[in-house]
Amino acid sequence: MQTSGPNRDRSINLSGSFFGLLIWRHLDCSGCFSFSREALLRLDRPKERLFSSPVRLRPARRKHRIRLLFPDESALQYPKPEAFCNSIPTWEMASINIAAKYKISLKEPGIAGVLRMAEERFTFTPHDPRSDPKFDGPFRGVKAHKFSKDGSKQALLNIQLHEGGAYIFDFESFSERNVCRDFVGRVLAKLQSVAPAKVDKAVPNKTAPSVSGEQLSAMEMERRMKLLREDSELQKLHKQFVMTGILTESEFWATRKNLLDDAVHNLTKQRTGFKSSMLADIRPSIDGRSNKVHFNLTAEIIDQIFAEKPAVHRAFLEFVPNKMSAKDFWKKYCEADLLHKTKNVVAAAAEAAEDEELAMFLKRDDILANEVRQKIKRVDPTLDMEADQADDYLHLPGHGILHGGRKDTSDAENELSRRTLSQDLNRHAAVVLEGRTLDVESGDIMAVAEAHVMSKKGSSIETSDKSENQERQEKACRMTELEDLQGPRRLPYASLCIKDPRDYFDSQQANALNSLGDNGVGFTSIDNSLSLEESYTYLIKQISEAKVKGHIDIVEPDVALKVLDGLNNHLSSTKHHIVKNPLVSVLDRLPVAIKDELMDHWTLIQELLRHFWSSYPITTGYLYNKVLRIKEAMAQIYHKLQEIKESVHSDCRHLVFLLVQPMLQALDAAFAQYEADDQKRSAKGAKPNGFFKQG
Amino acid sequence: MTSVQTKLYSDDASLVVVLIDVNPYFWATAASGVGGGVNHSSATIPFAKFLNSMIAFLNSLTLLNQSNQVVLIATGINSCGYIYDSGTKGSEGSGKVMEVSSEILRRLEEFVDRDKKLGKLQGMAVGSNVSSLVSGSLSLALCYIQRVFRSGAIHPQPRILCLQASPDGPEQYVAIMNAIFSAQRSMVPIDSCVVGMQNSAFLQQASYITGGVYLKPPQLDGLFEYLASVFATDLQSRNFLHLPKPAGVDFRASCFCHKKTIDMGYVCSVCLSIFCKHHKKCSTCGSEFNHVPQNPNSASNLKS
Ligand SMILES: [Zn+2]
Ligand SMILES: [Zn+2]
Repeated sequence: MQTSGPNRDRSINLSGSFFGLLIWRHLDCSGCFSFSREALLRLDRPKERLFSSPVRLRPARRKHRIRLLFPDESALQYPKPEAFCNSIPTWEMASINIAAKYKISLKEPGIAGVLRMAEERFTFTPHDPRSDPKFDGPFRGVKAHKFSKDGSKQALLNIQLHEGGAYIFDFESFSERNVCRDFVGRVLAKLQSVAPAKVDKAVPNKTAPSVSGEQLSAMEMERRMKLLREDSELQKLHKQFVMTGILTESEFWATRKNLLDDAVHNLTKQRTGFKSSMLADIRPSIDGRSNKVHFNLTAEIIDQIFAEKPAVHRAFLEFVPNKMSAKDFWKKYCEADLLHKTKNVVAAAAEAAEDEELAMFLKRDDILANEVRQKIKRVDPTLDMEADQADDYLHLPGHGILHGGRKDTSDAENELSRRTLSQDLNRHAAVVLEGRTLDVESGDIMAVAEAHVMSKKGSSIETSDKSENQERQEKACRMTELEDLQGPRRLPYASLCIKDPRDYFDSQQANALNSLGDNGVGFTSIDNSLSLEESYTYLIKQISEAKVKGHIDIVEPDVALKVLDGLNNHLSSTKHHIVKNPLVSVLDRLPVAIKDELMDHWTLIQELLRHFWSSYPITTGYLYNKVLRIKEAMAQIYHKLQEIKESVHSDCRHLVFLLVQPMLQALDAAFAQYEADDQKRSAKGAKPNGFFKQG
Repeated sequence: MTSVQTKLYSDDASLVVVLIDVNPYFWATAASGVGGGVNHSSATIPFAKFLNSMIAFLNSLTLLNQSNQVVLIATGINSCGYIYDSGTKGSEGSGKVMEVSSEILRRLEEFVDRDKKLGKLQGMAVGSNVSSLVSGSLSLALCYIQRVFRSGAIHPQPRILCLQASPDGPEQYVAIMNAIFSAQRSMVPIDSCVVGMQNSAFLQQASYITGGVYLKPPQLDGLFEYLASVFATDLQSRNFLHLPKPAGVDFRASCFCHKKTIDMGYVCSVCLSIFCKHHKKCSTCGSEFNHVPQNPNSASNLKS
């Protein structure tokens, strides 16, 4: 049982109603120490010292006190009763005893007893010795463990066995359950990492972040390292908090599970598809001196040939290796290809007459022809063939397709060659879109050929034909339907019932108008002393007046000047009004160095605040310590922010103030919460071991 | 069916849909001076002058670029209607300013007549606060813009100019917000020029959300100058110009129950009403909330 690296933290959650003994074993020395729950301790001692020298741990006589004896006989006393052991470095839990109820099924009340977990096995002993289920199982037989959520009705732990069946334990509190849960998790992780031996290299990387509590697999470590490498901002945070011990490794990553999960998904290997270049691009290299033509076929090209030309694939399966070798087969293929490319029809015909196998390559692909026929049947009858008429670029100069090894701008001379070009294009497009279903890394052509047989079986066209036919007909019906012959189609929906939409308006109007300086003056409804009739008459009269007057008096010079002045003043006043511009521009106004520094602080604060607030309510001593750590870190940043605020040049002092203020406020809120909680805590009277009893 | 042609996207060609407020109550009241305008000459403007400024503006828009298209929609209190479309005239009508003007006024007369009759038909019982159907004319404008997008050879740069006079009609909230959001989606800026006595919360939001210009001219007798100097700028030119921007719009929500501004509150999951404290039932849509929210304070009180 080897642990990885010396920098290991052990963190455990303990709750008030802990029962029995905790036995800890130091991994470097063989001695076992035990201490009762009163002697739980908190180590303020700098970790380095503890790491470097073996420590004997001995409970002091007096309660709430523990002495650490170092080999040099220096001793440390820890008199703080409210603190307790949170992170004891390099200590491994050897066994735990916890009171629990064993349940055969969830509904049962369960049998009270003691669950004991050790490295190898876990045992359950009922309080009542006459009770039946006394068992003893090795962890080796455990497949997995499940647990109820913190805060749910029961604190359950479900240990599932390889051979089926499970043990369900009901704990008095979640923290007790969590101790067991974590224990099982660790043991299982260890067992699993032992099984595929040698894989785990224990990552003794110097830049590796210290691994805390949980046992990490090499893969998990690798994943985290990769994330840190890729995201410099994340790395900065990690360096700031984890390396300095403000946050533990697991705390840091706990808020970033989604990142880790994404990384897992990305691990699944993505297969590349077929190249989008056409097959015809296997161009022969022609040796100028001899009359030889060289083709270079790679496994990948062969894969593509099989996919695009099923008849060749069929022939390959038929002939190789019984009738000819693979090499001969491809030689023939290339010969045929060359004949085809040079468009030497006469020669091709002559050759084909002589050579049966060669003829096969020169024939049209009958499998494809069949498939095409099938496909044409399934074409949507409402397809608009005219839609892409204008998309024909072939007539434009400079366009063309490398087909048959040379630029083939539409030579309409040969109807057949044009047809095959578009057919080849379509076939190629179809194959590319279908995607590749197999790996061709092996390079074994036989295997590639076999794999194509398998993949074809999977995607038979006929199977889906019937339902597709039905669907096609329905679609045609829908498309050709005459709307006015159909009854109105009503979708069933529940209409939104809103009693008075005016509420929405009112909830916004006041603010909106205030910001414009409309302080409600004249905000009365239209005076209704005029009758509707009169009002309409006024409108009509005005319209006829407009007819008579025309545009004679619309531009009056003095008014025009006033308007222009007013607008200009308005524009220049809003332009220099910093406060009301959006915050983005405030940031841009700052010198880059200050801006970067502030932004850095802001990300740090965000991270800390996230951890801080998620720790409340403080139910365990572990959380208590975490909050303490974070609070100290926040105080440091607070101090730094104050310094920035004071040291900054007077030009941008106001801007900096605007930015720093909300950060300080956020921190103040956190400190206030800490103080309030701390007072409540002391008012209630902290339990001797520093955490509240639940329930 | 003609085969699909690639449309010509043009930076210069603008499609401007102008909505004018033809609320008889507002204009008549404003003219009679009962509305409480202290400085009568600049706080209100007679309808005739408003119309002439507006028509002159429309003409100048069509003069700016020959491919510009101007559409005029009237917003009544019972109906909305298309008044004028420079696009249907072809090229022959564009030169004759007086013809355009008289056509607009003639059609407007017809519209007012029709609006009046509609009101009688529906038996206008509502006496107090009659607001113009801005949501209707906004929808007409958006539909028209979509139609232009789908036909014709040029894809113009569309925008809507809302010339509003009467106060907002709160009962149109949902419809107007829907129109604003669809304008935002189809990237149609809504410019607002408020010629009434008070600012419009609707148009303020509309311009803010769609990226248009909101302006309440302080000097209404110079309406044409405002229109010509601010609202005549096409979307392309706006990239280089400094147009009036509201000094900052406060869109913080206030609760429906007390109308006080809140930063944090409860939102009805059905109708999105906002409340400052937990209610058993939503006062807006009547949905019942049976789940008591988890309050961390009360939860910790339950313990120990
Ligand atoms: Zn309220
Ligand atoms: Zn509601």
